[in-house]
Amino acid sequence: MAGIYIHIPFCKQACYYCDFHFSTSLAQKENLLRCLQQELHVQKDYLGGAPIETVYLGGGTPSILSQKELGDLLNTVRALYAVSPQAEITLEANPDDLSLTHLQELYQLGINRLSIGIQSFNNGFLHSMNRAHNAEEALAAIHLARQAGFSNISADLIYAFPHSDHSLWQADLQQMLAFRPEHISAYCLTVEEKTVLGKWTKKGSFQPADEEFAAHQFEQLQQALAEAGYIQYEVSNFCLPGYESKHNSNYWKQTPYLGIGPSAHSYDGHSRQYNISNNALYCKSIEKGELPCEKEILSQENAINEYLMTNLRTVWGCDSSFLEKQYDFQWLPEQLTYIQALVAKGLAHFEQGVLRLSPQGLLLADKIAADLFVEES
Amino acid sequence: MKNIRNFCIIAHIDHGKSTLADRLLEFTQTVSGRQMQAQLLDNMDLERERGITIKSHAIQMNYRADDGQEYVLNLIDTPGHVDFSYEVSRSIAACEGALLLVDSSQGIEAQTISNLYLALEHNLMIIPVLNKIDLPGAMPEEVKDEMVDLLGCDRDEIIPASGKSGIGIKEILEAIVARIPAPKGDPEGPLQAMIFDSVFNSFRGIEVIFRIFNGTIRKGDKVKFFNTGKEYGADEIGILRLNQDPQQEMKAGNVGYLISGIKVAKEVKVGDTIIHAGSSAQPLKGFENVKPMVFAGIYPVDTTEYEELRASMEKLQLNDASLVWEPETSAALGFGFRCGFLGMLHMEIVQERLEREFDMTVITTVPSVQFHAIKTDGSVLKVSAPSEMPEPNTISHIEEPFIKAQIITKSEYIGAILSLCIDKRGIIINQSYLTVDRVEMIFEMPLSEIVFDFFDKLKTISRGYASLDYELIGFRPSTMVKLDIMLNGEKVDALSAIVHRDKAYEWGKKLCEKLRELVPRQMFEIAIQASIGTKIIARETVKALRKNVLAKCYGGDISRKRKLLEKQKKGKKRMRQVGNVEIPQEAFMAVLKLD
Repeated sequence: MAGIYIHIPFCKQACYYCDFHFSTSLAQKENLLRCLQQELHVQKDYLGGAPIETVYLGGGTPSILSQKELGDLLNTVRALYAVSPQAEITLEANPDDLSLTHLQELYQLGINRLSIGIQSFNNGFLHSMNRAHNAEEALAAIHLARQAGFSNISADLIYAFPHSDHSLWQADLQQMLAFRPEHISAYCLTVEEKTVLGKWTKKGSFQPADEEFAAHQFEQLQQALAEAGYIQYEVSNFCLPGYESKHNSNYWKQTPYLGIGPSAHSYDGHSRQYNISNNALYCKSIEKGELPCEKEILSQENAINEYLMTNLRTVWGCDSSFLEKQYDFQWLPEQLTYIQALVAKGLAHFEQGVLRLSPQGLLLADKIAADLFVEES
Repeated sequence: MKNIRNFCIIAHIDHGKSTLADRLLEFTQTVSGRQMQAQLLDNMDLERERGITIKSHAIQMNYRADDGQEYVLNLIDTPGHVDFSYEVSRSIAACEGALLLVDSSQGIEAQTISNLYLALEHNLMIIPVLNKIDLPGAMPEEVKDEMVDLLGCDRDEIIPASGKSGIGIKEILEAIVARIPAPKGDPEGPLQAMIFDSVFNSFRGIEVIFRIFNGTIRKGDKVKFFNTGKEYGADEIGILRLNQDPQQEMKAGNVGYLISGIKVAKEVKVGDTIIHAGSSAQPLKGFENVKPMVFAGIYPVDTTEYEELRASMEKLQLNDASLVWEPETSAALGFGFRCGFLGMLHMEIVQERLEREFDMTVITTVPSVQFHAIKTDGSVLKVSAPSEMPEPNTISHIEEPFIKAQIITKSEYIGAILSLCIDKRGIIINQSYLTVDRVEMIFEMPLSEIVFDFFDKLKTISRGYASLDYELIGFRPSTMVKLDIMLNGEKVDALSAIVHRDKAYEWGKKLCEKLRELVPRQMFEIAIQASIGTKIIARETVKALRKNVLAKCYGGDISRKRKLLEKQKKGKKRMRQVGNVEIPQEAFMAVLKLD
């Protein structure tokens, strides 16, 4: 089993919080699409012929591409890779791109999962983050997507806007739940260094919400979605039973994936590699027939730590027997002492050799992971 | 002997002593241009970087004077910091004359004056030199006035000079020959030579630097160091040029070195007298055992490096006889050493040398002076660490060391300095104007108050103008208390301090506040408390972590995030655990930065 990610590095405008790689100039689009095609050819053996269970078109904003452009990419993928008939094929989309016609075109391409960047139903917040859409478009997008036939819709939300309050967040949650999307990804607003928010924060003109405020909204989120029947299968990912994103889950289950496009990452089980985050340099290199990437070979300890770090975030937890089988690793005495303390504090469960964080424990997942990390010998 | 001149240079830090010395060496062709490395005499890296001389050295020059005669000039360099004042006094005692070097843009500073008084006590001939006259900010006439006032000399005795551009060098050399008397002494009498320095050489052992007052020393002589009582063979003697220049014999009046296979610097005490073995010669006056003034614990950051630290300290002690230490154990820090230093600069130097020369990373605990705890039965217990403080009910009172501090400043800063010193429990003893706008202020104050940040504060409030010198004047009763710090109820021994009762509350409060910033939040709340005995006098709380999870962890995030968390984990390894609380190493140094 394996997955393919294709990065479409173009956006209409820059959202103030976003630190993914993208360009707001479409001048290089043709050229770049050609290079994506070429990289698909160059990398066709990376996954060793494993069946492809998920293809993910992310960005950037893949929904700004036409039916033809997207179709060409997907056809190449299908021609070169062993894409399973029941594969999950996801496209990230912004509400402002989703006319009924475009949605129908996307559906015809075999795209069976739509991840819509709703972020909020509050025009004030949308505007303050420089989103290209408004609340009305967000509402319409979900409605139209259903009309076009999509039965697996994921919606993104952002919380902990500093000028928000808990009732506004509750309202956003209720509005979202009214649509009952199969999947919801909800992210705490995070200030990244190389973004507009990052610059404002450094200057002092923006102040992120404090920890208690963000924690409270996280708890609101957990509670509201649990009540509505959603499973929190990862810190920021919720779904109705059976609708876990195959693609996202792969990242946390040590499943190999191939990333195509500038800034895309790949993982083959032993090493990670990442393409250059620059459209022009990416194209230049691909045109010369070279992969513009850096590679990192994972040590045994790196691999164990990645497993701990990613799986502690999930509903599946860290499985002692997997650690033993995969890495010949058994919990160290100090780790077991630490785990006992977590269990005693109600932050985790440790049953049948599987360590799972409780909803409270998820709030501290990074701290707990770091504490459990093993060190290079 | 009549053609020998022994002299030193008295100057404040930055007044250009080392540069002037370099020019003298060049002019007398003691070194060639090729050998010239800026500020030659300061041959420890640290000295060169800090622009100060830590250890004194000596060098011999030959000079043909205008009278046609050849002279031997021994320049004896002196350390320029109050921590090393005893070494300065011995270097001065080895000379007949001194250049008093004053920066013409700065004027006379406290340290210059105290060293000048030392020189006058030893009847040295003073040659006033006005340095840096070519600087744009020079105020030669005003500074000359100061020098005339201070020395009672004639204006025309003052030699204008610039070490940097070589102005006045010949005039200085001529003045050394003409004004400084030749050494007196009897080359035929019993040997009496004063040790004023020692240098560690990893191949040849300790090189002893001495000045012969009487008698003659020959290669191969059996000699005895009077105060240690140890005897050695004079395997090699010689004079100090840029390199050592071995001699068969050296006579009264001269300055040189002795190599006799001594391995440990401790055996060589500055101020000791070298006599011939079996001789009944008397020791020269002025010997003192140098006593440490400041004490602190030194611990390895990584507890497994204890033995390595011990080995490094032993090596360091080979060429730093004034460093004393003994093993010490702390509940918070594990195994380490209790060290005694001559002063705060000395402490910093030791710490820096450990890090640079031995690649050790160390934690230094709260520095302390040595208190006297007078027990109810009248006996005196010396206390140089909070842990050594006896139970309050067993002591009648505590005495602490007091100093006489001499501060020279521009008159506009008198008010600020006065309030600083009063805040530091100082009492003003005297205030006198050196010139219309330069004032000398004399205070008596506790040594413990100047141990931390006094000097920095003094510099700040006086915009760098004020200079300080001090000497110990004895012990006086004080109401000192032991202040403890607790984290979640567990005492952190390495953060305890002995402080004056009137200052304990402020100290405790500031330290708790500082620790609140430095102790990382954990999954539970941490109470930071300061206490005297069982009484809590301050409290701060480090809140429990509420949320510590990043929103996204997808393909591209995993590697970056793992590295971040691995780094966190590494940082954690360097922390110390007290009870269930992790304390970063900076917390142990926090005390030095309270404000």
